[in-house]
Amino acid sequence: MDLHDLPKPQDLMNINLNKPPETGWMDNPAVFRDGTYSYPAAGKNLKRLGMPNPREWAPTDQDWKLPDNWQEIILKGMKERLEKYRSFRLFMDICVRCGACADKCHFFIGSGDPKNMPVLRAELIRSVYRNDFTLLGKMLGRFGGGRELTIDVLKEWFYYFFQCTECRRCSVFCPYGIDTAEVTMIGRELLNLVGLNINWVMEPVANCYRFGNHLGIPPHGLIDMWEFMADDIEDITGIKVNLPINKKGAEILFVTPSGDYFADPGTYTCMGYMMLFHELGLDYTWSTYASEGGNFGLFTSHEMIKRLNAKIYAEAKRLGVKWILGGECGHMWRVVHQYMETMNGPADFLEEPVSPITGTKFENAKQTKMVHITEFTSDLIKNGKLKLDPSRNDKVIATYHDSCNPARAAGLLEEPRYVIKNVVNNFYEMPENTIREQTFCCGGGAGLGNDENIEMRMRGAFPRASALNHVVAKHDVNRLLCMCAIDRATLTALTHYWAPDVMVGGIHELVANALIMNGEKDRTVDLRGEPLGDEEEDE
Amino acid sequence: MNALFSLVSALIAVVALVVVSWFGVEAIGLDSVFGVIIPYIALAIFVIGVVYRIVDWARVPVPFRIPTTCGQGKSLPWIKADNLDCPYNTWGVIGRMFLEVFLFRSLFRNSKAELREGPRVTYASAKWLWLFGILFHYSFLIIIVRHLRLFMEPIPSFVQTITSVDGFFQIMVPTFFITDILFLAAVTLLFLRRVTLPQLRYISLPADYFALFLILGIGISGVLMRNFFKVDLLGVKSLAMGLFTLHPVAPPGIHPIFYVHLFLVSVLIAYFPFSKLMHAGGVFLSPTRNMANVNRSERYVNPWNYPVKVHTYEEYEDDFREKMKEVGIPVDKE
Ligand code: HEM
Ligand code: SF4
Ligand code: SF4
Repeated sequence: MDLHDLPKPQDLMNINLNKPPETGWMDNPAVFRDGTYSYPAAGKNLKRLGMPNPREWAPTDQDWKLPDNWQEIILKGMKERLEKYRSFRLFMDICVRCGACADKCHFFIGSGDPKNMPVLRAELIRSVYRNDFTLLGKMLGRFGGGRELTIDVLKEWFYYFFQCTECRRCSVFCPYGIDTAEVTMIGRELLNLVGLNINWVMEPVANCYRFGNHLGIPPHGLIDMWEFMADDIEDITGIKVNLPINKKGAEILFVTPSGDYFADPGTYTCMGYMMLFHELGLDYTWSTYASEGGNFGLFTSHEMIKRLNAKIYAEAKRLGVKWILGGECGHMWRVVHQYMETMNGPADFLEEPVSPITGTKFENAKQTKMVHITEFTSDLIKNGKLKLDPSRNDKVIATYHDSCNPARAAGLLEEPRYVIKNVVNNFYEMPENTIREQTFCCGGGAGLGNDENIEMRMRGAFPRASALNHVVAKHDVNRLLCMCAIDRATLTALTHYWAPDVMVGGIHELVANALIMNGEKDRTVDLRGEPLGDEEEDE
Repeated sequence: MNALFSLVSALIAVVALVVVSWFGVEAIGLDSVFGVIIPYIALAIFVIGVVYRIVDWARVPVPFRIPTTCGQGKSLPWIKADNLDCPYNTWGVIGRMFLEVFLFRSLFRNSKAELREGPRVTYASAKWLWLFGILFHYSFLIIIVRHLRLFMEPIPSFVQTITSVDGFFQIMVPTFFITDILFLAAVTLLFLRRVTLPQLRYISLPADYFALFLILGIGISGVLMRNFFKVDLLGVKSLAMGLFTLHPVAPPGIHPIFYVHLFLVSVLIAYFPFSKLMHAGGVFLSPTRNMANVNRSERYVNPWNYPVKVHTYEEYEDDFREKMKEVGIPVDKE
């Protein structure tokens, strides 16, 4: 499905949040409508990873070609996870169905489908939990809120657990902190046990496993891409940036999502990093083996997170670096911040990160030994180590989209803002219900940012778009900043559909525009190759 | 499972409980069953059940540190960190939990999304749930404390103080407690919320109505026996003291409405460990709230961490060695 095939925004949003169907939710099976679901994983990708039940199938098929004992597999998987994750166990038990989370999910606001209320999304699995794992559920069946795990229930899981972007917005509002993202993660793990997964997740996973990055770019291809960017930089600034690759003994290993290598506008951000590091004379290295900061394992299973994430520490160790610096990414930072060290640490072969430029110790990263690029850059700016000319970004009227994971899983709120405010003169915040810890998802996280799912994506994008249009109307905002590679791709579709005059971009693109480099030529264009000033613009 | 079905089945269940206890005492004279045996059994189920549930939860490991960060985390020294919404030490966690448990902090954030022409969406402030929730829980708490006067002689002074403050406004004779009114109002409002908001009606299960009706039934029977049936308070107190001191007797002549009240309470506490009411204990264990966001500065160990199959650098280099050499990328094995 294509953006052009969608109805006009006003027609798309001809929905009612307060009109659930007549039929109760337990008896209302999922309907796989074009544009609202993702295609299943190709068998070859599952094979490469040694995952269960590789085959070709389609959600619209009657027969999903499941193993005969799929029920048993899932229930066994549930039992195992109820004993391994207190979060899952507790979140199954304590929801009071108060409804506080109901209208907090972007997919509910954009679709009106009650099963996109976080509470009902979780009830899809909770009903089975009650039926098979609790005393009252076993005794009372339906009266006790229990529901048998039938094929329709399983299909419903597939539809709705791949209609949650694991953004955690619901968990901010729940009086007990019930995190439906956590429930979705477990739900997807269970689905994976019988071979139910989507290609837009599994292909990047399979690629990342073998090639080191989601796109499956081999090392020699990466070099081409990086050198291409370095050439562009030379055209714009007259400076040939150094480009250390797999360099042993470098001080810092730099890891960023591969989305930044290959497509606009991520590439501009990537060029931004190169320029910044060159200007600082940083002793760092790129890696082709750990050429992916992102981790679609997060959208598959905890085990897969670990399998993919292991590369980062392994490469840091092999290259003998002192610490790791990470680029602008969303879910990558959920993994780095919340899982990496527990899964693959301790990284005692690394040192506590210290900025070689300012001498600042990054105490907050002393165990993981991985520092976020906006922490690094804001420290540089605070210490006056960068010569910046924000007026070079004067054509940009910016607002900032907090990506879900840095905001709600790491608490990175001020660092990006500090950097932005120092490199661009025009900056306006979106309304407070839609930023910081209450930020809205782009609508395409957690592997849902694919083309076939475009209608649901645009629905999920609606709350973000609505907030964006608010500042567009009020302040003529023309740039939606974000620090996430998925965002840079998915928000581009969002603005295309909802706010056509707005461009999407990363923070370090603007940093590099503003950065006065030693020996640079008189800059006339920005990193996008567009004229800097207004003069050249009008005809 | 539709809304009407949920509501009616829960209502029938609670009405049945009322009828059973009323007639059990009035017609069959089962005073000591409803006055002594059932309360003891219920209490035993409650205590054992709650302990069991909490221990059961606590035994399940927390493999990862997953706080939901609702404010600025601690990073560089000049950036102000928010210790309450994004705790960076134990005090912060205690503060955050205190705000959650005593002030329902997260519920206070609540807003209501509304679609408008444009299309756009707006967020209206929606503190009703918070308000009803607070009223309900605090009046409930105070009512429980007030009940202690039935179980203790002499009555502890803090119970007396609370009782007299609560009964300060003498609306009727005998004293009509403010918390009784607030409690009944709050439960009623929670119920109305559930049946009038379409989203909430859609998600509600029989269990949700059952808890509300049961609690409403307790409240109503309590108020009735105090103010309308004028139950023999001395008799009730001697029963309560008897229960408390393990010398239980059910004095004759207590009005059946009292037994209805006591039976509904017994059912509530026996039901408690098996139901969503366990949120009361569960909230303390919630990993998104009770963990500090010190993820990158302190080690966290997963007790069941196990080795997984990875694609090593050696395997990777084996795949691409020649190409890497061609473009000048250093390799480990020539
Ligand atoms: C962090 C602390 C707590 C929070 C945020 C909280 C919140 C809530 C909420 C939102 C409801 C649902 C009302 C509805 O039906 O819509 C509820 C119900 C209830 N809570 Fe709590 N609660 C907390 C602690 C407690 C404690 C300590 C008790 C002790 C007994 C308790 C007992 C109840 C009871 C009996 C109900 C009524 C049953 C019902 O409505 O389903 N709660 N609570
Ligand atoms: S806010 Fe929490 S307790 Fe309330 S319905 Fe949602 S998940 Fe359940
Ligand atoms: S995690 Fe996000 S997408 Fe998933 S249910 Fe919650 S609010 Fe919706």
